[in-house]
Amino acid sequence: MKKFFAGLMSLGLLASGTVSWAEALLINGAGATFPYPIYSKWFDEFHKSKPDVQFNYQSIGSGGGIRQISAKTVDFGATDGPMSDAQLDAAPGVILHFPTVLGGVVPIYNVEGVSGKLNFSQKAISGIFLGTINLWSDPAIQETNPDIKLPGSPIVVVHRSDGSGTSYCWTDFLTKISSSWATRAGKGTSVNWPVGLGGKGNEGVAGLVKQTPNSIGYVELIYATQNKIEYGRLQNKAGKYVNCTTASVAAAAASAKMPHDFRVSITNPPGEDAYPAATFTWLLIYQSPTNKEKGKELVEFLKWMLSDGQKYAEDLGYVPLPANVVEMEKGAIGKISL
Amino acid sequence: MNAVLTERQPPLSTLPARKAVRKSSSGFGDSIFKNITLIFALSILAIATAIAWQLFKNSALSRHAFGWSFLSKQIWDPVAENYGALPFIFGTLVSSTIALIIAVPLGVGVAIFLSELAPRNVSDACSFLIELLAAIPSVVYGLIGVFVLVPLMRVHVQPFLIRTLGFLPLFRGPAYGVGMLTAALVLAVMIVPFITTISREIFMSVPSSLKEAAMALGATHWEVVRLAVLPYSRSGIAGSVFLALGRALGETMAVTMVIGNRPEIMASLLAPGYTMAAVLANEFTEATSDLYVSTLIQIGLVLFAITIIVNAIGRLILYEMTPQAEAH
Repeated sequence: MKKFFAGLMSLGLLASGTVSWAEALLINGAGATFPYPIYSKWFDEFHKSKPDVQFNYQSIGSGGGIRQISAKTVDFGATDGPMSDAQLDAAPGVILHFPTVLGGVVPIYNVEGVSGKLNFSQKAISGIFLGTINLWSDPAIQETNPDIKLPGSPIVVVHRSDGSGTSYCWTDFLTKISSSWATRAGKGTSVNWPVGLGGKGNEGVAGLVKQTPNSIGYVELIYATQNKIEYGRLQNKAGKYVNCTTASVAAAAASAKMPHDFRVSITNPPGEDAYPAATFTWLLIYQSPTNKEKGKELVEFLKWMLSDGQKYAEDLGYVPLPANVVEMEKGAIGKISL
Repeated sequence: MNAVLTERQPPLSTLPARKAVRKSSSGFGDSIFKNITLIFALSILAIATAIAWQLFKNSALSRHAFGWSFLSKQIWDPVAENYGALPFIFGTLVSSTIALIIAVPLGVGVAIFLSELAPRNVSDACSFLIELLAAIPSVVYGLIGVFVLVPLMRVHVQPFLIRTLGFLPLFRGPAYGVGMLTAALVLAVMIVPFITTISREIFMSVPSSLKEAAMALGATHWEVVRLAVLPYSRSGIAGSVFLALGRALGETMAVTMVIGNRPEIMASLLAPGYTMAAVLANEFTEATSDLYVSTLIQIGLVLFAITIIVNAIGRLILYEMTPQAEAH
């Protein structure tokens, strides 16, 4: 009798095991926080079209994403700054970069008595973050804003205290426009900031700038627009003062020469209307994924992302990929061996 | 038999704990009980040792790269991979010390009020509310700090301090709102419940014979507290202070939201600072290179070591202060 029941139970377990095979395939990813809202939306929409595939994304930061994909603890990674040659060499397999959306980093400020948009020349913005320009009334800032009366108050600089892709984009931009910045601090997700307070996350910086009079900081465009904080125009390589818009960010992406591995920095690009502080954000996927089934679904997701996914970008404050990059990527998807 | 035993034995509290328990006749159940609790105790020890070992092992890269100078260097440059922990050690110790300076008189004062001066039901109600303070999550303290305390400091308190005490180097510099003093204030509010709850319990357990003796000698209410209650409770209060200090040293989220996150050693309390726990919380997820991760783990090791050292000093002081014979 006991043996009969034991047999019945094991049969039941086997049956339930078979049933669970028909449940959703779970694909795990981790990485950048900047694109988390759009990735959330995409995974949700993709799941609706393909209910047997479920994505799980942990926004632990670009550094974490790179580490986890190199350690193969996740099926895909996400990063705001492309992997370096050293990091790629250290990975156990070939990792491919796939750009997903574009974002722009804007200089937000809160200056007493100033309500319009300020223009920041390359000299001014690098001097402010270096600490060499420390009053709002400094000629470098005032001369590009002849119609606005700037107070003689000290500038309070706010930067990110945590490591972030936003900081990477901003410091990359500053490194390109100022050799003093390049030697003093350089570019990275975390740097040795010459001056300023540190706020945690884009929301921390936005909060500090909003609260602190005569302060300046940098955030992703969406944080500035949603928190209704004034942000300024940056001077691009061509000398024009450009506002961060879908068009100017797309112009930046188009004017940069896209290499075949998609690892490119588009800060301070040539181009009349290009916004100088924009960045791609990438998905990191192995060229030969160990789990072929998950690899197949990732390829399907990438194809969906490049066609249907892009239309969700603008509503969430991101800029969709330019057409030439989309075409290049469709070709690159073929590299993934299944 | 019982009377002989109690006469012969010294007071229970001065005996080592083991001998104070009378040997039981049923050996088996007791030995299981003893062994299981021994395993629990050893497992805690094992976990603490494992944590220390892991911290030590995983920080090997940065320990070999920087050596002891890691503790004295002031630079923090992730791009050039040049790291020094001194600003963080300074920030942790200073913010915790100032928090204690604020919280200890406040906490002990509240405890005295609740145990000696307040009516019983007020005392119980207030005690419950103060214990609730300890239950509030740290991140909520951080939010209150950012949205309530920081504007208050920037608009009223810091300008006032600069105006009145600005001749001291402690109170110079622009009024950011965030800064070392703000962080110390938030920490003080967070650690007051630890001091108050424990002190109140101790004050209430002071033998009434002590207090009555003081009153019989003509002491006023405050003198009773000063002469009878406080000396008796010294070791207990010190214990609660070290518990509170332990919390303050390790506090992360509330501090990082209000301290300004600037790895620089400044004399002024109004300047921004950085603590070890805060830098770990901020930079760990994005630390890409192995040396960077190893350095952050080394900061964790340093924090662990400082906590142990501070607690060890506390225990030593406690040991010196504890009266060796109980007063009857």
